[in-house]
Amino acid sequence: MRYLRKRASASFGTVLFWILSSVITLVPIYWMFAVSAKSRVQLFGSPSLLITSFFTENYTGTLSDPAFQRYMFNSIVIATANAALVTTLALFATYALSRYRLPGKENLFFWTITNRMAPPAVFLLPLFLLYTQVFVVGDVKLFDTRIGLIFLYCVFNLPFAIWTLRGMIDAIPKELDEAAFVDGANTWQVLTKDILPLARPGLAVTGILTWVFAWNEYLFAATLTSVHARTITTGLAEFVTVTGTNWGRMAATAMLTLVPALLVLGLAQRHIVAGLTFGAVKE
Amino acid sequence: MRSSAVRWLFLAPTLLILFIFGVLPFLYVLVIGFMHWNSFAADPEMRFAGADNFRRLVFDDQFLYSLWLTLKFAFFAVLSEIALGYVLAQAFMQDFPGKGFFRTIHTLPLVIAPIAVGATWRLLTVPGLGPLPYYLNRWLGYEFNISRYIDQAFFTTVVMDIWHWTPLVTLTLLAALSSLPKEPFEQAQIDGANRFQIFWHITLPLLKPAILATVFIRMMDALRTVDEVWMLTGGGPGAATRYIGLHIWRVVFPKTDYGYGSAMSLITLYLTIVMCWMLYAGLVARRDLKRAE
Repeated sequence: MRYLRKRASASFGTVLFWILSSVITLVPIYWMFAVSAKSRVQLFGSPSLLITSFFTENYTGTLSDPAFQRYMFNSIVIATANAALVTTLALFATYALSRYRLPGKENLFFWTITNRMAPPAVFLLPLFLLYTQVFVVGDVKLFDTRIGLIFLYCVFNLPFAIWTLRGMIDAIPKELDEAAFVDGANTWQVLTKDILPLARPGLAVTGILTWVFAWNEYLFAATLTSVHARTITTGLAEFVTVTGTNWGRMAATAMLTLVPALLVLGLAQRHIVAGLTFGAVKE
Repeated sequence: MRSSAVRWLFLAPTLLILFIFGVLPFLYVLVIGFMHWNSFAADPEMRFAGADNFRRLVFDDQFLYSLWLTLKFAFFAVLSEIALGYVLAQAFMQDFPGKGFFRTIHTLPLVIAPIAVGATWRLLTVPGLGPLPYYLNRWLGYEFNISRYIDQAFFTTVVMDIWHWTPLVTLTLLAALSSLPKEPFEQAQIDGANRFQIFWHITLPLLKPAILATVFIRMMDALRTVDEVWMLTGGGPGAATRYIGLHIWRVVFPKTDYGYGSAMSLITLYLTIVMCWMLYAGLVARRDLKRAE
C-alpha cells in the first residue's frame, strides 16, 4: 500500500529481509545445480554445498542425447500451441460470459472450472481407451500425438484461463463496447479493437501460466504417449528410473528444462502483476 | 448487431473441447464406477455392481485415511501459502533497490515442473546424499529421515508445496493490493488508526474477494497433487503421504481395480466440487451484493 511508502529510501532491514528470503527460495534450486555439476563419486560421502570443479559430463551427456532433444522439441511445441489455443478460446468464452445474458451463466462458469478439479489418475484410463480406440481415423490415432496432448491440456488450462480472464474482462467498462457498436462496429471488431488491447496484461499472464502448466504436466503425457510425442517431464522421470538413480544426469536435465521456462517468465515479468486478478472483482 | 447466435459461437469451441476431452472421460468413469472390473481378479470381465463400490468406500480405512491426509495437507499448505504470500506481497508494495530482481527470484519456483520440484526436494532430503539430513544431524544432532519418520515426511511435503506455490499467491495478492483504492487508507491514517486496525478493518475486507479466489485455485490444485509427492516420498513411509491422487493412482494402475478406483474418484471429485462451490458461493454472493447496492 502506498501509505506505507513513507520514505523513498529503503532501510537496510528491508534489503536484508529480501536477501534472506531469496536465499531460502534459491537453496533447493542451487542444490539441484550443485548435484548436476558433480560426478557420481563427488556426490556421496559428506554432501558439500560448494562446487569445487564443474563436472560437465552430465550436461554434455544430456544435450547430445537425441531422446532429450526430441522431448524438448515436443514440449516446446505442445506448450506453445496449447497456450496459444487456450488463450484465444478463453478470450472468446470470457467475452461471451462477461457481455451477454446467458441462462445459468454463473453455473456454466463454475462448471468449466470443475473440469480442473478431477483427480487426474482415474481419467488416465478412459483417456487412454479413447485415444487408442475411439479417436481413430483409419490408421491415425490420437494416441502418442502432440495434437492429442495439446487438446487434452485444454481441459485443465481453459478453466484456469477463463477464471483468470474473467476479472480482467469484467473490469473493462461495457460503455466502451456500446459506444463502438453505436459507431457501427461489429462484434469481431469490438473484440479485436477495443477489448484485446485493454485485456493485454491479462492475456499475457494467462498465456504464460497456461504455457507453464502445459510445460510442467507429467501424468497424462506419461500415459498417453509412447515414442513420438513424449515430453521433457516424462523424460525427466525416465532418466531417473531407467538409469537407476543417476542423480547427476537427472539434475542436469531438470536444470535444462528450467531454461525455456525462465525465458518465458522473463518475457512476462512486466505484465504478470497487472494481469493476475483471478476473477476477483475490482472494488 | 449482437445476435444471440454470436454468444454461443464464442462459447462453442471451449464447450466442445471440454465436452470431448473432459465430459466424455467423466461419463466413462461414471459408468465404470458402478461396475465390478478388475483385470487381475478371478473374474476379469466387467459386470454391473450396483452401488457395491460406493458401499465399500465407506468402510475402506485406507481410502478414508488418505482423504483425511489430503485435507490436512491442503489445509496446512494453503493456509501457510496465503499467510506467507500476503506478507511477501505487502513487502513488495514498498519501493526498494533491486525490486524487479527479487521479484524474479521469488517467481522462480512457479515455473519448475512439479516432477522436477519433487526430484529437487528428494535430492535435498534423501539420506546419504542430501545436505538437509546431513547438516541437521551434524549441527543439531537431529535425526532427519523422511523415509522413516511419518511426521517429517508429511511436514516435508507441506513445505515443498509452500515453496512451490507461494509465488503464485504472492503475485495474485500483489495484483490485488496494487488495485486497491487509496482513499480508505488515507482516511484511516488521518483518523489515527494503527497498523493493525488498518489491516483488520480495511485491507482484509477489501482483499477478501482476491483472497477467496486464490484459496479457491490453490485448494483445487492442492487436492489433486500427485507428481511432486510421488517423486519426493512415493507416498511413504507406509501410507503417510499417500494423498488421494496417489492413492487412486495405486488402485487403478498397479492394482487394476478400475471399478473401485472410478467410484473413489467420483466421490473425491464430488467432495472437491462441494468445497470449492462453498468458496465460490462466498465470492458470488459478494459480487451480487455489490451489484445490488
